[in-house]
Amino acid sequence: MLSLIVFLPIIAFFLILFLPGAQKQAIRIISLVAAFAQGVFSLIIWQGYDSTKPGIIAGESGNVHETFQFVERFDWINLEFGRFGTLNIEYFMGVDGLSITMVLLTALISIIGVISSWTIQKQVKGYFLLYNLLSTAMMGCFVALDFFLFYVFWEVMLLPMYFLIGIWGGPNREYAAIKFFLYTLFGSVFMLLVLIGLYFSVIDPATGNHTFNMVAMVDQANYIPGSIFGPENSLWRLVAFVALFVGFAIKVPMFPFHTWLPDAHVEAPTPISVILAGVLLKLGTYGMLRINFPFFPEVFQDLAFVIGVFGAINIIYGALCALAQLDLKKMVAYSSISHMGYVLLGMAAINTEGMTGALYQMFNHGTITAMLFLLVGVIYDRSHSRQIEKFGGLASYMPAYTFVLTLAFFASLGLPGLSGFISEAFVFVGSFSSEVTRPLAIVSVLGIVFGAAYLLWSLQRMFLGKRREDALYEVHEDEHGNAKIHFHDWKGSNDLDLREYLMLAPLAIIVVILGVYPMPILGLMTSSINQLVEVVVSYTSFAMN
Amino acid sequence: MFQQPSESEIQEIITALTQAVPAFLPEIAISVLFLVVLMVDVFNLKNNKLLLPVVSIIGFVITLFLVVGQHSLPHEEIFLGMYAVDPFAIFFKYLFLASGILAVLISMDSNEITYPEGRSIGEYYALIVAMVLGMFLMASSTDLVMMLVAVEMVSITSYILAGYNKTSVQSSEAALKYVIYGSVSTGFMIYGFSILYGLTGQTNIFEIQAFLQQNDVDSLTLMLSALLILGGFGYKVGFVPFHFWSPDVYEGAPTPITAYLSVGSKAAGFAILMRFFRVAIPLDESASYESFLTLDWVTILAAVSVASMVLGNVVAIWQSNVKRLLAYSSIAHAGYILLGVLVADDLGTQATLFYLAAYTIMNVGVFYVVILISNQIGSENVEDYRGLGKRMPLAAASLTIFLVSLVGLPPTVGFIGKLMIFSALLNKGVVFIWLAVIGVLTSVVSLYYYFKIPLYMYLKEPDGVEEDRDFEVGVLANSLVAFLMIVTVVFGLYFTPLSALAKESVYILGSFLQ
Repeated sequence: MLSLIVFLPIIAFFLILFLPGAQKQAIRIISLVAAFAQGVFSLIIWQGYDSTKPGIIAGESGNVHETFQFVERFDWINLEFGRFGTLNIEYFMGVDGLSITMVLLTALISIIGVISSWTIQKQVKGYFLLYNLLSTAMMGCFVALDFFLFYVFWEVMLLPMYFLIGIWGGPNREYAAIKFFLYTLFGSVFMLLVLIGLYFSVIDPATGNHTFNMVAMVDQANYIPGSIFGPENSLWRLVAFVALFVGFAIKVPMFPFHTWLPDAHVEAPTPISVILAGVLLKLGTYGMLRINFPFFPEVFQDLAFVIGVFGAINIIYGALCALAQLDLKKMVAYSSISHMGYVLLGMAAINTEGMTGALYQMFNHGTITAMLFLLVGVIYDRSHSRQIEKFGGLASYMPAYTFVLTLAFFASLGLPGLSGFISEAFVFVGSFSSEVTRPLAIVSVLGIVFGAAYLLWSLQRMFLGKRREDALYEVHEDEHGNAKIHFHDWKGSNDLDLREYLMLAPLAIIVVILGVYPMPILGLMTSSINQLVEVVVSYTSFAMN
Repeated sequence: MFQQPSESEIQEIITALTQAVPAFLPEIAISVLFLVVLMVDVFNLKNNKLLLPVVSIIGFVITLFLVVGQHSLPHEEIFLGMYAVDPFAIFFKYLFLASGILAVLISMDSNEITYPEGRSIGEYYALIVAMVLGMFLMASSTDLVMMLVAVEMVSITSYILAGYNKTSVQSSEAALKYVIYGSVSTGFMIYGFSILYGLTGQTNIFEIQAFLQQNDVDSLTLMLSALLILGGFGYKVGFVPFHFWSPDVYEGAPTPITAYLSVGSKAAGFAILMRFFRVAIPLDESASYESFLTLDWVTILAAVSVASMVLGNVVAIWQSNVKRLLAYSSIAHAGYILLGVLVADDLGTQATLFYLAAYTIMNVGVFYVVILISNQIGSENVEDYRGLGKRMPLAAASLTIFLVSLVGLPPTVGFIGKLMIFSALLNKGVVFIWLAVIGVLTSVVSLYYYFKIPLYMYLKEPDGVEEDRDFEVGVLANSLVAFLMIVTVVFGLYFTPLSALAKESVYILGSFLQ
């Protein structure tokens, strides 16, 4: 089942490969069908998911079926490897509370992304080939339970992203694309070294061989004493933690590794921005939750405050930068940085509330930011500009657009009743109740104020009041005295059209429902989060004894 | 003074020679092939352009079967200690045959080779065959004199091949530079050999090993000799500081020859380097000589490797000629492969062998696409690659995959190669982690210059009026490119066969560390 979800886009990839490039509509439809099928299968998995199984760590004697669900496990590479016994790489997938949340998000964003890509006219075939490759890699990352497999998916993501930004992006796209590529590759090569080190340090209890099995790596009993990341080797464990953390933090992106993000977002076409903000950034924090923290729990305990500090910096710094932006898309990009800061802060609390808040914030940020980028795309399509100060008074001419955008803005700033509020509330409850992060939580509350400031201020500048003198649209009155607006070369509907409704409505509905009744998602994750906190906290107490 | 051998001694030698013949069949077959190719050139003048490569490939395939048969032979020295038959050599024979076949295949499509009309190309293919023979000898020689002959055989054939385009000034310049640097390096090597002979009184590397393990020799002199020999081998491999020839030769030589040199003679250099250092100069801490010396050849190789990775990858950033860029890339890759060599255990050897095979596949792929592109646009400048993504879709996409593989990203064979090298390093010990760190950092740098090529092919809009026509690339050419690309990806996802072969081949006859 999971394989099908992961590789459906690859099937689409090969179908498209053998279609002539002129069959644009067929290519789009194939991609849409693949994405939809992915969505349907994700829903089936969601229905069949037993939220009482915790995941994270294996059950009795390394049995993963007790804790993980929809497990698929085969030998992939099995090789006699000198005196190290067998080199054993597994094709090993499964879901628990952490991953199923992200699988649902990825499936949703992939569908939205295809719909949003409908208007791409340039090299449609190449675009959707890369899009499907990206889609497979993203999904694969979230369900892989073998570190090698995870790494392969993680790296495969980079190449399509490079081309998607680089070919279909804005004027400065070459720079943005290579910057994105270099930054993320820089982070992941260190992950490669840690991956190898972990392989030599960990034994799978079931087979007695060295393993890339991530579930085995969570259990500290499987680390060989005296190996490079063995329990007593605290220096190298610290180094490994930092190396992994930097790799993931670049993806999040965490200050000071964030500078690729605004460039990438501003240059990327709308659907790619949506994917980038909606899913790719989550991979960073997902990696931390799945790999970084449970593998090296004692280092995480020691460094929780530092991570919290970076989280707080992200929140405040991102918000302040957003406040200063004149480009709407850049503002949303910096707001992403700010919101991912909440995730970091929540994780640093190392308690159930904080971690739940963090994971829930990952989901909510995915949906809300996807909406924001789509909305930026809507106005950009019409006016070919994203300058906040080039509009004014749009509310009276584009009521539906204004309504959806206001909803998204309010969700983003954490208005009660919308999903963003709940996750931010959890994050703050968690970080206040932890001694370590309490001062940081107090500072970070400022982020909410700044968040409200930049969102409301841009709302006011763009939509309220009257049309500005230098606005990028003209107002005509027809014979009945009704004012109509006109964007100079835009032929379509001024307000949202059907396709845009199709993309925005599902996201808006989810944002509202999860704001009122968060249990569908929260219920999935609680037992896994409890288990994760347990894994992280219990190891430290063991060490202190 | 030489003594007159007695009759029984002569008998003994003759018996040894005749008994060794079955183990020497592949080499004999290659020699026959060399003559056949020359003869075909003499007799058939009309269809040479097709017939010669076909004959060469058939010959190579026959040799391949003979090499397969060698697996069953006992692992021993033949020709009175001149020549080794061991799995290590067999692996390299496969590799050289593969690079020979690929060199012939990619030459068939190269305008540089097939034009101008009327030029005899028999010598060209004959020399490719001769070079395969030389590389066979390099991989198996176990005697200093034999090593010298083998290295010279490869060198001299490659000088001629580099200068094959007589009319091109660049090609001639490349050949001349190659000769000059090559002669100097060979001089170094012979000097090193003679010092080693002076120290030990032996030319056979097994005897040298035994002598060095039992006797104390002046360590400084031994080091000097090892350094000089390293210089000679280093020139074939192309690592820093013996790399100066490679940018000019790579740029000037006909592209198929550049590709051939970059995989074939480089691999042969590594083969002889590994055999010599693993066998001749002991690296056993419990031995009687001073231990700082043993540390030294590993340290020297480490320094050389770091210098190659850094210099190759950094200087490549400023290159705009694709062949020059690939020359620096090949210097950098020599550095990565050296990381595997200096680990000097089974895992390291396995990683090295795997990486060499991987490098052969991806690098020939890159050069082949460069040939196809240069046939169309007549340029090797990366700035002229604009818009090729649309006009040569398969070739451009494959080139991108090969480059991804050279960077070392999954799911390609290059990634597995790097993974193995770094695994061997990390497994060897904590001190080697720094080398791995430098290795991964420089591979991030390499992304920047490798991706200059896709940048121009895909991201930059062609300037001026765009001719809306696809370039015609032949079906055969396209299928070879596709084949290499598929191999690159398949071995990146399922590398068991190649890796198992490499693992079986780590046994070097007489090597003291296993």
